[in-house]
Amino acid sequence: MDILLQQIINGLTTGSVYAVVALGYTMVYGVIQLINFAHGEVVMIGAMVAFAVITSLAGSALPPLAIVLAGVLAAIPACMAIGYSLERVAYRPLRHAPRLAPLITAIGMSIILQHLALLIWGRNPLAFPQIIDNPSFTIGGAAISGVQISIILLSMVMMGGLSWFVYRTRFGIAIRATAENVHVAALMGINANRVIAATFVIGAGLGAVAGVMFGTYYGIAHYTMGFTLGLKAFSAAVLGGIGNLPGAMVGGLLLGLVEALGTGYIGEFTDLCRWPGAGSGAGWMGERCADGGHFVLFGSNYQDVFAFLMLILVLVFRPSGLLGERVSERA
Amino acid sequence: MVAGMSAREKLGLAAIAVSLIALPFVLAMAGTAWVRITNFAVLFVLLSLGLNIVVGFAGLLDLGYVAFFAVGAYVYALLASPHFGLHLPFWVILPIGAAVAGIAGAVLGAPTLRLRGDYLAIVTLGFGEIVRIFMNNLSNPINVTNGPKGINLIDPFRLGDFSFSANSGALSGPIKYYYFLLIVLLAVIVINRRLQDSRIGRAWVAIREDEIAAKAAGINTRNIKLLAFAMGASFGGIAGGMFAAIQGFVSPESFILNESIMILAMVVLGGMGNIWGVIAGAVLLSFMPELLRYTVEPAQKALFGKMLVDPEVLRMLIFGLALVLTMRFRPAGLWPETRHKRELDADRK
Amino acid sequence: MTGVLLEARNIGKKFGGVQALQDVSLTIRRGEIYGLIGPNGAGKTTLFNVFTGLYPRDGGEVLFAGKALSLESPHTVAAAGIARTFQNIRLFGNMTARENVMVGRHVRTRAGVFGAILRTRAERAEEAAIRRRADELLHYVGIADRADDLARNLSYGDQRRLEIARALATDPQLLALDEPAAGMNATETVGLRQLIEGLRKDGLTVLLIEHDVKLVMGLCDRVAVLEYGEKIAEDVPDVVRSNPKVIEAYLGTSAG
Repeated sequence: MDILLQQIINGLTTGSVYAVVALGYTMVYGVIQLINFAHGEVVMIGAMVAFAVITSLAGSALPPLAIVLAGVLAAIPACMAIGYSLERVAYRPLRHAPRLAPLITAIGMSIILQHLALLIWGRNPLAFPQIIDNPSFTIGGAAISGVQISIILLSMVMMGGLSWFVYRTRFGIAIRATAENVHVAALMGINANRVIAATFVIGAGLGAVAGVMFGTYYGIAHYTMGFTLGLKAFSAAVLGGIGNLPGAMVGGLLLGLVEALGTGYIGEFTDLCRWPGAGSGAGWMGERCADGGHFVLFGSNYQDVFAFLMLILVLVFRPSGLLGERVSERA
Repeated sequence: MVAGMSAREKLGLAAIAVSLIALPFVLAMAGTAWVRITNFAVLFVLLSLGLNIVVGFAGLLDLGYVAFFAVGAYVYALLASPHFGLHLPFWVILPIGAAVAGIAGAVLGAPTLRLRGDYLAIVTLGFGEIVRIFMNNLSNPINVTNGPKGINLIDPFRLGDFSFSANSGALSGPIKYYYFLLIVLLAVIVINRRLQDSRIGRAWVAIREDEIAAKAAGINTRNIKLLAFAMGASFGGIAGGMFAAIQGFVSPESFILNESIMILAMVVLGGMGNIWGVIAGAVLLSFMPELLRYTVEPAQKALFGKMLVDPEVLRMLIFGLALVLTMRFRPAGLWPETRHKRELDADRK
Repeated sequence: MTGVLLEARNIGKKFGGVQALQDVSLTIRRGEIYGLIGPNGAGKTTLFNVFTGLYPRDGGEVLFAGKALSLESPHTVAAAGIARTFQNIRLFGNMTARENVMVGRHVRTRAGVFGAILRTRAERAEEAAIRRRADELLHYVGIADRADDLARNLSYGDQRRLEIARALATDPQLLALDEPAAGMNATETVGLRQLIEGLRKDGLTVLLIEHDVKLVMGLCDRVAVLEYGEKIAEDVPDVVRSNPKVIEAYLGTSAG
């Protein structure tokens, strides 16, 4: 099996999900400069709703694909409604408050959504019922599953669709104008409130699908899944340049790749026995390394650290991200 | 601090002092558990005061504050337990824990503090998660943290033959810790008050109010922010050391995101920047689990015959709501900060 | 007290593709009130922000009191002896007027965390001195009676004065005022004028950006005119007033 190719395939899969979630962060940030901490929870709720619907339909006579589709179609409006209410109820009243206020509200809403999900769906993860065959294909020594192919293709379609919407439609122009300067946009007759609400709703809709994809990929949905996923997607958005749509897509894919490759190889790189000189000598190190032994400092259980390290590195060396403009110190 | 107070204020202060001294004995009549609960409440007051420096004074949102608490706790656990066979005295370890936590804070804050505040929020959020991952996994290949099992048999505070955990006469272990915590709390309050009314404290508030104007007025905003962040972190480190000693046991489970949110809720609900408000918020929210246990649990059982809402879930929902509703309707908190003039005491010339 | 205080050489600044400032050179002498005028968008505030370290410059250098001025950050500029106010007043709203001025002393004082926690003798002495100086300055700008009020509760004119007091607290050699008369009524403007004249009398050098041409011409010892990011004149008001380029660019239409 070709490990490199395999990790690239895995990385592209998770990276596609990160990218779609990152779009939700970056659109909102682009328009109102707010980190919507609750976005990760919206994604989680998308997965939960879809899984609940799929599970309840699993015994019915409907064809499997129709069941999955029903799950997704239930999740999208549910998440859109949450996204809209978040903006309307929690953030809009604070639009002119000091910067700290909406941030604190965002983290508060995130906690509320997470625990509401816990109340509704319980502490145990929901499992994806085995209703569809997941065929596996072999390319150049690596395996790629049907689910992986669907995730990558579906993400590309969504990203393409969003780009078309933002760059080619009238409403998309309104969104970009508002992101550029909300006051001038308002003077041009753009209803800023509608645009802002729309970014929340669109981001939540995309997030719903991303949640279903993520849950399907790992086979489970859990009320805590939104936290790490959200953190990673936000890192992806920063990596690409926050506020920048193509940036979020590039950042997501890149982060997925870095994470997959990092997780795949970190064990090997930090195995002291493989370091020249270290494992061959006498002493307890030599003993441990004898007969193909290992002394692995960091194994694949550090998977979740990579996104954070990327975030820190980007903030230190290129806070504007790969494709972004300079993040100034504007107060 | 006492100078310049009216007789009535002095009387009030004396009354508070007497009741705080008598409190553990009254509580002990209801059961030692209550003294323990009170001790943890005081610990959370300390944590809130530490976070208040960062969030309240300097206006920087730290969402991973519990990570510094964890750093302090693990430093104590590693240096005073059979795990490594080290048994250093607490008065050596607490400053070490404070320093390590403070340095961690500075290292973490440095890359973000020249950027907009939002980045600090997200980086601290991530840092809290990273610390948890390390606590869980640094048991291999060298066993540093003992993984999810945590570290056991941590030494209590000892001064010569005087151990804080053993009972001596009417003074039970928890009561001794209570007095120790009370003294630390008093010191922390004094430190906070003095910082607030100092050149550094004014610089913090100035940055919170308008960063560009603060720069133009000659404040090196990056250094001053870093100072706030590191100071807050070191307070968390000290509290962590005391937590480890009182509990006798630490594990990653004590340092999850929900704890950071709880401390933030205490600061926000009480009133960011106002020491007394923060204390009140911390006391209120730390006793809430008990309050819920005696009200919501029986109420649910009586009404529905079973528990519908787990009190732990309810508690987190209340914290979340506290954050959201405070920001919406009372952004300065229940007990808002009032900028006061620093009285020039008789001895201050 | 004669000689050059600030000399700017060939300052350039670009925003994207727009050349906001092009090779601007000017000389401010000690003890004078130096006016900077120009039509809207001529680059006055940009130049001002470059001088005070808020914007990085793209070219040129600034000599201040005979030394190269580091324009790295506003706080280093403040430490070097240039204080400023903002066109759209930036105070610390939830601090009292006195505290606002006390913040201005930050750069000239040194007490740190430990001094504050231990309330050392040195810290207490310094703190008392800061407070005394703040009260003096509040008195100087004429708002001593508002010392304990929150800055956001002051009237507009008093806020302008408070901002000047905070700037003065940094012990500047050069005080840079960005449109201090903007939004003021006639009475307040007269008061402001007296205040600035008083500053000159006390030996301070003032750089004044102003829209109100009458105020500038009446108050300043010398005036520079910017247009499209370039300096088109620099001289005493009477000469500038009759400079044909200036008349064409600016005065011809607005000051008649």
